[in-house]
Amino acid sequence: MPDQDRVVQRTAPIEKRVEAIQSVIAERGPDAAAALEELGHLAQEQWIPQNGARVVARAWVDPEFRKRLLANGRDAVAELGLAMPKHHRHLVVLENSPSVQNVICCTQCSCTAFSLIGLPPDWYKDLEYRARVVRESRTVLKEMGLDLSPQVEVRVWDTTADTRYMVLPQRPAGTDGWSEERLAAAVTRDGLIGVARL
Amino acid sequence: MDAMYDLGGKQGFGKVRYAKDARAFHEPWEVRANSLYALAVRFGILNMDEYRHAIERMEPRHYLAASYYERSLTSLLTLCVEKGVVTQEELERRAGGTIPLSTPSAQGRGNAPARERFAPGDRVRVRLDSVPGHIRLPGYIRGKEGVVVSESPAYPFPDAHAHGVASEDEPTYDVRFRSEDLWPGSSEPALVHVGVFQSYLERS
Repeated sequence: MPDQDRVVQRTAPIEKRVEAIQSVIAERGPDAAAALEELGHLAQEQWIPQNGARVVARAWVDPEFRKRLLANGRDAVAELGLAMPKHHRHLVVLENSPSVQNVICCTQCSCTAFSLIGLPPDWYKDLEYRARVVRESRTVLKEMGLDLSPQVEVRVWDTTADTRYMVLPQRPAGTDGWSEERLAAAVTRDGLIGVARL
Repeated sequence: MDAMYDLGGKQGFGKVRYAKDARAFHEPWEVRANSLYALAVRFGILNMDEYRHAIERMEPRHYLAASYYERSLTSLLTLCVEKGVVTQEELERRAGGTIPLSTPSAQGRGNAPARERFAPGDRVRVRLDSVPGHIRLPGYIRGKEGVVVSESPAYPFPDAHAHGVASEDEPTYDVRFRSEDLWPGSSEPALVHVGVFQSYLERS
């Protein structure tokens, strides 16, 4: 016979847990609701891969900008009006070439230059990518659709500190004379992460 | 601490669940959970290192089963309880059920007593540090040798900053390792670059 007196406390559904802590934090400041709105907007509308794409397109058409970008990423993206969060004090831009493919990851969680690349996609934060990409990068990239010749050197960058990385993909062939805007439209988020070529 | 979050190089995982149009968010509560933790940082309730460490302290079964934003939320809930913003009982009353939190925090530590300044091209070895508290050092480079490629500006030292221990800010070094040195005989050729805090490094 089951014990009829036993009170079974169920785990609160995730939405209820969110509501509970939201009600607590809302009590800490009169502006909490507006701030939450603003932060949600930043995460979904402002921190998007189109920012990184603009940076890449500028680097393709302006060799002086490209030099400044590779020397000091944070200052260079600021020239385009792209601010990075305070704790991202350093941006290292990784230039691909026909013989080098850079790819970024965060084996411990999810760190990324999110204000340029966008909040990371779910696969970037999943256990599989985090565990495998540092050890079997070629197989992982191939599974994701990027089949590299053995001559291409793979450089994996694990974001384990507060330096942030962004890949500068190669300019695709056949884009001579394209406007900066049209070039930017050809740059994908996965190209900025380094799991795809353009 | 050596815990479940430290996944780099772990074997046995299947294919990456990749989609070209993969999104960052799937549910409205995920956006809210993400904004709430950012707001808690802005309100000074917690810092980023405390936030990371509270995720790392999740009980392993919970860690592996939870989605990314559940991990994020669990960290926020845990820190709000630990810092006395709200009691667990009050949170559970408001949520109408139990709330799983992370396991308790152990001690932090300050910077390494002797820290060296390195230059690009220097050969370095990662110290064999094992600590009960937070450390931002992936286990797969512990004891391994690599080459410095660059230096960052100084950042708060995570092992201290996650525990309210006083410390000096210190730079990190991007160190280049060869996958063959990290996992001899069971890796694919690649250069693996890791951002390593100065306290974790010695000259080799």
